[in-house]
Amino acid sequence: MNNSANTANVNVATLDSGTWAPGTPTRTVKQTLRIYFTEAKSEFLIRLRLPGYVIPTILFPLIFYSLFGLTHSQAALARTTVGAYLLATFGSFGVIAISLFGFGVSVAVERGQGWMMVKRASPMPRFAYFAAKIAMAMLFSLVMLLLLFTLGIAAGHARMPFTAWAGLSGTLLLGVLPFAAMGLAIGYLAGPNSAAPVCNLIYLPMSFASGLWTPIEFLPKAVQHIAPFLPFYHLGQLALDRIRGGFTTADWVHIAALTGFTIFFLALAAIGYRRDEGKTYG
Amino acid sequence: MKTRSKIEDYLQVLLPEVAAEFCGVSKCYGETPALNNVSFRLHPGELVSLLGANGAGKTTAVKLLLGLAAPNQGRVRIFGQSPHTAAAKMRIGAMLQVGKVPETLKVREHIELFSCYYPRPLPLATVIETAGLQGLENRLFGELSGGQKQRVLFALAICGDPDLLFLDEPTVGLDVDSRRAFWREIRAFVERGRSVLLTTHYLEESDALADRILVLNRGTIVAEGTPKEIKSSVAGKTIRCTTALSVHQVQAIAGVSSVRVQKDGVEILTSRAEAVLRELLARDASLANVEITGTGLEEAFLEITRRDGRNSQREASMEKIAL
Repeated sequence: MNNSANTANVNVATLDSGTWAPGTPTRTVKQTLRIYFTEAKSEFLIRLRLPGYVIPTILFPLIFYSLFGLTHSQAALARTTVGAYLLATFGSFGVIAISLFGFGVSVAVERGQGWMMVKRASPMPRFAYFAAKIAMAMLFSLVMLLLLFTLGIAAGHARMPFTAWAGLSGTLLLGVLPFAAMGLAIGYLAGPNSAAPVCNLIYLPMSFASGLWTPIEFLPKAVQHIAPFLPFYHLGQLALDRIRGGFTTADWVHIAALTGFTIFFLALAAIGYRRDEGKTYG
Repeated sequence: MKTRSKIEDYLQVLLPEVAAEFCGVSKCYGETPALNNVSFRLHPGELVSLLGANGAGKTTAVKLLLGLAAPNQGRVRIFGQSPHTAAAKMRIGAMLQVGKVPETLKVREHIELFSCYYPRPLPLATVIETAGLQGLENRLFGELSGGQKQRVLFALAICGDPDLLFLDEPTVGLDVDSRRAFWREIRAFVERGRSVLLTTHYLEESDALADRILVLNRGTIVAEGTPKEIKSSVAGKTIRCTTALSVHQVQAIAGVSSVRVQKDGVEILTSRAEAVLRELLARDASLANVEITGTGLEEAFLEITRRDGRNSQREASMEKIAL
């Protein structure tokens, strides 16, 4: 399929070059779309062949769900069961890892190695680079969620109306965005070697304090007070509300908080990006 | 507005286009000046080498031309346009000094990705062949040897069939064989009638490839010319011999630029070796162990940068004119 696409493109190119007008070269819409598609495909293949990324991000949510969720899956929690509740929280846990590490570590590493500079020197549309990473994070999240939901239905006795499943999936897939922004900020502000430890240092304690491992109600009071200041908490709660059913004013608060965090992290990333642009590479 | 752009189009056909232009460019990193009032032009079909030691400002010049940095003073143009524009970027390809690129992408996938950025890419097979990557198309980048990795970076630079190619120290870290193979590939690309700006600190590389050499020393162009001109600008030949004549007597011979006493004789630098030798033989019957060598580019380069270090800025620029 690749081959035929390439040959077709070459033919077009040969025809074009005969009637090439002087002045500025331009791209057709089709060519631009092709760049976005190829960029996303490349990003996906790069990640897919990295076992150090795929295995932890896809399997950890499944393993944690099995450890914590399957033992008491039928036990009742507020308006739901443990089996369903933990799908929302470990689903959030997984999506956050895919986004945070997918952006944070890869941007920092590609920046440090000079790959980012090669991309910036090329005529690649700047946004294509980020769009590819977002698409990749959503695709990996989708795969992880499908596996997690299958596990939940098959072994975790999770039973929900279709609308709840759809709402949960949609919420979690959109949840990629704030944490992609967070990863981007880390990727631009942290060094190539420190990005992974920084991500871990944020990810693990924040997941716990936001009630993604144990329901927030079972955590110490002090932690419950801190949680609303953490972005992880808001995605977890938004996901849980899709299971409990109904859209409340609390959900608007969570959406507003996540939007606010997204803007904040993008601003931080922009500062790092500026600093990076003017910087000398070896 | 539309008329003006039409006129520009006609002008571009009538006038020989300048591929790249530096006009009084200065660039500082904080307090450290990297380039100081540098001007040069790169014409289509020309391979120009920017030659200088590490830290001379070569990479800074390339970054400015690629729009990766902005000059503090002066003007940088690519085909008459700002290097930040997409239109300029679509006409250039760049091979930069990069530590690593994503290792889990295959060679052909890397090339396909970069090819789609350009409106008129070369066919994949042509890129593979020009870069000497036959048989490696389906290998992951991480599995390649150092020389092969450099070739992939070269392939990414040429795949868009750019009118202007930047090669920033392309053969650093390669062994002699790989370097020579790489030169063949660069020549093959230039034969397509495209312009190349090559930065290097290997004099041999400039000598072997460049139509024109710009010698950059501490942010200033100190010499400019063809490899031959650069070499002949410095005393042409070295005569080594043992002689009964004193240093003073040798120095008196017309055409002798300098004399140095070595432990096994004297070393005479001259631009007229034959005449000087005849005179030496006439004046000293006991002249022995005569050995004549041409000045290599290496000596020429050292001489030029050494002179620059000694002289004032003004003299350096006069020398540039003299060359």
